Amino acid sequence: MGLTYEFDWGVLWRYPYGMWLLKGLGLTIAIGMAAWIIALALGILIGTLRITRYRLLRWFGTAYVEVLRNIPLLVQLFFWFYAGPMLFGETLSRKINHISGLNIWVSIIGIGLYTASRVAEHVRAGFASIGRDQYQAVLSTGMTQIQMYRYVIIPYALRLIIPPLTTEFLTVFKNTSIAMTIGVAELTFQSYQIDADTFHGLEATTGAMFIYLILGITVVKFMNIVEKKYKIQGLVGR
Amino acid sequence: MFDAVGRNFGFLMGGLWVTFQLSFFALTGGILLGMIVGLARLSKKPWIYYPVTAYVNFLRNIPLILVIFWFYFVMPILVGRSIDPFPSAVISFIIFEATYFGEIFRAGYQTISKDLVNASYATGMTYWKTARYITIPIAFRRMLPSLITQSIVTFQDTSLAFVIGLRELVRRTSIVDNLEVRSIELYGFAALVYLVVCLIGSQISHYFEEKGRKASII
Repeated sequence: MGLTYEFDWGVLWRYPYGMWLLKGLGLTIAIGMAAWIIALALGILIGTLRITRYRLLRWFGTAYVEVLRNIPLLVQLFFWFYAGPMLFGETLSRKINHISGLNIWVSIIGIGLYTASRVAEHVRAGFASIGRDQYQAVLSTGMTQIQMYRYVIIPYALRLIIPPLTTEFLTVFKNTSIAMTIGVAELTFQSYQIDADTFHGLEATTGAMFIYLILGITVVKFMNIVEKKYKIQGLVGR
Repeated sequence: MFDAVGRNFGFLMGGLWVTFQLSFFALTGGILLGMIVGLARLSKKPWIYYPVTAYVNFLRNIPLILVIFWFYFVMPILVGRSIDPFPSAVISFIIFEATYFGEIFRAGYQTISKDLVNASYATGMTYWKTARYITIPIAFRRMLPSLITQSIVTFQDTSLAFVIGLRELVRRTSIVDNLEVRSIELYGFAALVYLVVCLIGSQISHYFEEKGRKASII
């Protein structure tokens, strides 16, 4: 221990730093929830595209998943934030850049699009675990393709894949930390700000770690309730 | 169209080299530590099992970016002087990724039948010899596809060392973009580089998966 370091755990609750952390947590939860809604809706759609009869739709679903999965989320956020507005042409991009809280919107959309590719893979796996006879049984009742997915296959598959979706739900909240790189003042950003202000980043990041831990435990507890509620009767081991 | 990339190609590729170096150290260290973590998670000794399980469950709930910051703050206190981003990033990646590799190894070890292990003990092999010659090699072959997938994830994760100022590919892209203001092509290029490397990686993973399925070891 060459360097003497005076611990100051007070930065976790002293004014204004305690407030910063709480505000950061609020933004982390808000972005995480909003991104999760996009990810679920889009992920179910893309996952369904990947098993339809139409080759073009299947191809689009596969391309979406492969591209979004194989580029780091950080690069995706930078692309949407810096290059995204430019894609709309000069006049419109200037207007977009004046939207207040643009970085928050970009991070919600960016994290949502990215997570959708992961949700889509789980949805596809869920479909794959449903037997062929079930599809045929549904079609034999006279339902159309869309009705089959809407009323039978998707609800059933979603209930099957609740455990992997729990992991993804947790990952969304962890991934919101990457939004700090485009200046979103979420929890990780705030703990880093405290370091800039007090040089007590170690205490601040340690505190933030435990806040993420509590958030994670809460999500798991919540999902356990969901899992129990939507359990499919007669399946083994859950 | 890609002239901003062309003008700075050497600088950007230097960043990719740093990305590869960081990935190499993170993977080597992460996989080695992960093997031990995986064994410890199956240990019957409570003083091994509980601390390691706590370590794994704790880190898996925390964003990597925060872990990178934490080590960047804690290292100077431990070594007594300020520290470069690279070694600090390497250490945080090893400790973080080992929890993910550890869970893969644990799942791999668990696929090995008790009979095989008992047979190995019956020949007079010790616990460590069994692990070294029987358990780890077989589990490793079964786990290869997941290991490659997690390696791709780790490769992508190294971009997060951006936050402590490490001049890897993304950091260098953003440096060039600040001068050139050609975001679409510059970030597009960085994205393309990651996409190509990761797609090659996932093809390799797919190959071993098929090979394993044919040899019916999976």
